[in-house]
Amino acid sequence: MKVRAQIAMVLNLDKCIGCHTCSVTCKNVWTWRLGMEYAWFNNVETKPGIGYPKDWENQERWRGGWARRRNGGLAPKQGGRLALLMKIFANPHLPQIDDYYEPFTFDYEHLQTAPEMPTAPVARPISVVTGRRMDKVEWGPNWEEILGGEFAKRSQDYNFAEVEKDIYGQFENTFMMYLPRLCEHCLNPSCVASCPSGSIYKREEDGIVLVDQDKCRGWRMCVSGCPYKKIYYNWSTGKAEKCIFCYPRIEAGQPTVCSETCVGRIRYLGVLLYDADRIAEAAAVESPKDLYKSQLAIFLDPNAAEVQAQARRDGVPEAWLEAAKASPAWKLAMEWKIAFPLHPEYRTLPMVWYVPPLSPIQSHANAGAIGAAGAIPDVRSLRIPVRYLANLLTAGDDEPVVRALERMLAMRAFYRQRQLEGRDDLALLAQVGLSVHEVEAMHRYLAIANYEDRFVIPTTHREYAENAYRLRGECGFSFGNACAEGESRQSLFGGRMGARKVIPLKTVTHRQESEEAHGLLGVSK
Amino acid sequence: MEMKTYLHQLVFGAYPYVCLVVFLVGSLVRFDREQYTWKSDSSQLLRARQLRWGSNLFHIGVLFIFFGHLIGLLTPHWAYAWLISPGSKQLLAIVSGGIAGVLGIAGLTILIRRRVADPRIWSNTRNWDIAILVLFWIQLALGLVTIFYSAQHLDGAMMERLAGWAQRIVTFRPGAAELLVDAPWAFKTHIFLGLTIFLVFPFTRLVHIWSGFAAVGYLFRPYQLVRTRRKLA
Repeated sequence: MKVRAQIAMVLNLDKCIGCHTCSVTCKNVWTWRLGMEYAWFNNVETKPGIGYPKDWENQERWRGGWARRRNGGLAPKQGGRLALLMKIFANPHLPQIDDYYEPFTFDYEHLQTAPEMPTAPVARPISVVTGRRMDKVEWGPNWEEILGGEFAKRSQDYNFAEVEKDIYGQFENTFMMYLPRLCEHCLNPSCVASCPSGSIYKREEDGIVLVDQDKCRGWRMCVSGCPYKKIYYNWSTGKAEKCIFCYPRIEAGQPTVCSETCVGRIRYLGVLLYDADRIAEAAAVESPKDLYKSQLAIFLDPNAAEVQAQARRDGVPEAWLEAAKASPAWKLAMEWKIAFPLHPEYRTLPMVWYVPPLSPIQSHANAGAIGAAGAIPDVRSLRIPVRYLANLLTAGDDEPVVRALERMLAMRAFYRQRQLEGRDDLALLAQVGLSVHEVEAMHRYLAIANYEDRFVIPTTHREYAENAYRLRGECGFSFGNACAEGESRQSLFGGRMGARKVIPLKTVTHRQESEEAHGLLGVSK
Repeated sequence: MEMKTYLHQLVFGAYPYVCLVVFLVGSLVRFDREQYTWKSDSSQLLRARQLRWGSNLFHIGVLFIFFGHLIGLLTPHWAYAWLISPGSKQLLAIVSGGIAGVLGIAGLTILIRRRVADPRIWSNTRNWDIAILVLFWIQLALGLVTIFYSAQHLDGAMMERLAGWAQRIVTFRPGAAELLVDAPWAFKTHIFLGLTIFLVFPFTRLVHIWSGFAAVGYLFRPYQLVRTRRKLA
């Protein structure tokens, strides 16, 4: 057993209202730059739909994730090491920017400068890539928002596998849900495995997967290798970029920007301990339907004495062990079993998990039955088909999803009775295998969702690893080559230099100094 | 010294060393100081069309030619004399190099056309990007022109002299430039441009060739990479 810790995220889809605050705050902080304007480290998709980039879940087309070989081992689906190197000159599985969307702005200036005309002036779209006018904006970052577009196109959604989808095209039966997506910071990342230069790595201390911008050579195998399409090629810098899980914030014990700003309070961040020695075994189980359970099996109980002892031997700081005990991710995924990985069948063992959404009950009889008897209605009569959710979250295994939905319905029914009728229906809880204590905790985490409960993030103990004194005055976080000590504004080697790394010293004459001093005194008076 | 001799010595005696030093030291400096600029600079994301044929043909052709030159020019005569006669070696070089050259220039023509004709790629093209494409195109064309001269003398003598020049340069023996005095213009220009490619190498995206060779290490590394700040026991 080798104990490692990871900050895992859980998203409660039952409460996502699709407001895109997460996407926008993320973009404003991390990707509002040339070459990355088409890239969304976090995006919210309306499901059913083909998503962003188009059809990303179709791995027969994009070849992301892992494939299990006949001998039981795993290799990237796009090819083993040699096959992958053979494709280095032109990656046959790389999406083109149009699969995301061609980034555009508008000719706003025309609105100001247009001469007097019989019709109102129009700001026409301009491509950010070429700087030229576009005839038509063909696709955008959230083109299918709230079931936009024809059902025939949206229903190409991969999760409709084994679902009789035609009836969901009818107005009476239509359904939708939101799916916020970001990098999964997988335990078995296929992007890392696909990188010929070894520039992508997983951090041992918190599990965050990062691209070393200095070592990336732009071979772009990670873009096709990631089944979630959450690595983006910056077409301006020629480097791969991805969600960094806001590591500067996480290191300081703060939640990621997407989590912090989520108005629905749907996001949870907490430590999960796992057995690093069993990753390969868990990712390579034969049936894709077993992957959810095999991933659960390598998570380690933070309350078990032998896990704690081994964790200490493996260098997990004490604060992290304490945080693991209070981890909302552990409670949602392991204790209550209501959170699931997104597409475990890609075999990457993702670490951003989802609580499936409830939806209105279609049969009126069942709807009435809740109030009357307090019984749990058949979740198969929920508007969102269980199989659809199972295809999304458990590789098509209905049972765990059914159980989770029942528990969430039971929690609601239990609290409705407690608050309206003042009695606890213990039979209801027994039906879904929950105790009163457990359902109270679930209610606290899901319905109340206090900040302190949602985010239990221990700070990174950098002082254990390096001498912080030596780091003083070093270049901080920057984009581009800003940390290189170059003098010329244009890089000698043709690249764009970032902002100058040194804050220029201001030369102040004695006279200015005394004037400023007087000025300050003046203010204080 | 006569002007012509002076120039000849400069181009074929001294220039190779200038180019090699800039190539090696420049690569090292860039690798050390400007890692972030070290990349292949692929434009595939912006337009995949034509890249598959163009890039594959070009890279396969040029890589074959690179190794052909490396082995063909730098292997000493005694090392292969027992295996192949100079005449057969020249014929082998003409045929294989000719095929690779045609593949390479065909691919490169596609790449140049794509870069110039597609507004997405053209508007993101730096001067050096197009300069090295044109440089390579002329160099490949000149290489193919030399076949015409080689084909007139199939005894391998010219090739021996070219190899002698290259070997004298890399082993610091005098008399290298003299070997090329009466070489046809196509060879001289081809050599000059070839050296120039080494000269500009560190200042362009060509540096990704180093990384391309380094990527062979991928074949021998474990799939997963984990980095830690902690001191490992």
